[in-house]
Amino acid sequence: MFGLENAAGIDGALLVIGVVLAEAILLYVGYGLLEQLLGSTVVDAIGGKE
Amino acid sequence: MIELFGVSASLLALFAGFGVLIGLLFGFFGMGGSFLVTPALMVMGYKTDVAVASGLAFVFATSVIATLKHRDLGQVDYKLGVLMIAGTTAGIEVGKIGLHYLQDIGLADTVVSVIYVLLLGGIGVFITYTALKGGDGGGLSPDHDAADGEINADDIPDIAKKIQSYRVPPMISLRGGIKVSLWMILVVAFATGLLSGFLGVGGGFIRMPALFYLIGVPVPIAVGTDLFEIVFSGGIGSFLYAMDGAVDLQIVVPLLAGSAGGARIGAAATSLVDEDEIKVYFGVMLLLGAIAVALRKIGTFMDIPVLQSVSLAVILGAATLVAGAVVVSSIRALRADSESSTGITN
Repeated sequence: MFGLENAAGIDGALLVIGVVLAEAILLYVGYGLLEQLLGSTVVDAIGGKE
Repeated sequence: MIELFGVSASLLALFAGFGVLIGLLFGFFGMGGSFLVTPALMVMGYKTDVAVASGLAFVFATSVIATLKHRDLGQVDYKLGVLMIAGTTAGIEVGKIGLHYLQDIGLADTVVSVIYVLLLGGIGVFITYTALKGGDGGGLSPDHDAADGEINADDIPDIAKKIQSYRVPPMISLRGGIKVSLWMILVVAFATGLLSGFLGVGGGFIRMPALFYLIGVPVPIAVGTDLFEIVFSGGIGSFLYAMDGAVDLQIVVPLLAGSAGGARIGAAATSLVDEDEIKVYFGVMLLLGAIAVALRKIGTFMDIPVLQSVSLAVILGAATLVAGAVVVSSIRALRADSESSTGITN
């Protein structure tokens, strides 16, 4: 995936772990924004508020 | 067949869905990553090093996200986290030495499996028993208010009170108004690190209950601090495996995408759920985990391949049960809040 199938060694490891870390931070920010935008609506809907 | 980034969409969806389940448990309990992912990957036919490495990389990334979330909720004690990292690192090194010794005499696999089963089973029985008994002086109940305020003396387990009573200087102040000897923290950290290094697991299922039951740290802070520590142990472990090319991004990327959402729900649920009932599920999940490990070991020993699948089904079933209980309890709590606020308004 992403052309990193054969990544190994220190450089390869830095690249692979970098991709994983970047995805983690991206998801944290992305889901955070989503939660800010839709969180209260979803919570209200689950809680049965109008 | 539809493909995304050269990977089949159905495989991506499978891992993403599995990720949601695991993320929910990880976010809520601060544990449950490697002990669920790695066996599942192995049963799916991945090589052991790929399963372990990808599991570790996943745990690392999930703990980064969950730690950031717990930090936002004020549930990470950095001072305790750094002390725990120091003690745990030393313990892991000693544990690895012990493991290498057992490998040399050919007993490692059997001893590790037996200890794994006894530990998971023992902690599972203890948590289930205290939860069913009730009035146990705390239990794994994430009382969100305790994260910022003083912890109620009644909420501190007796054994933690005993440890806190050993006032060997220097005394360290922790969040929740706890004062405990530095040496006690290091001893607990070393002991959990020893088991972690010996068993080759992240150790959240040992450390998180240890922080609560042995030191008396409020559960939300125990969860957040444990996750903070896993960022370091998971990061180093997955980097070492990635150097050998064992981390498979086809597994990690979709698993992480799903688990990030689940972890967000799980972390938020810690501040919603007053979950005496969840403690029972949690204990039962550990017990079933012990049974699953035992079944896998028996399957390998007696060459009965079907037991590997039964083992996976038991683990996944237990995880689904507990994750479902967290979601249902959260929804109930939200509805109860909604009804009470409506009652006050009226």
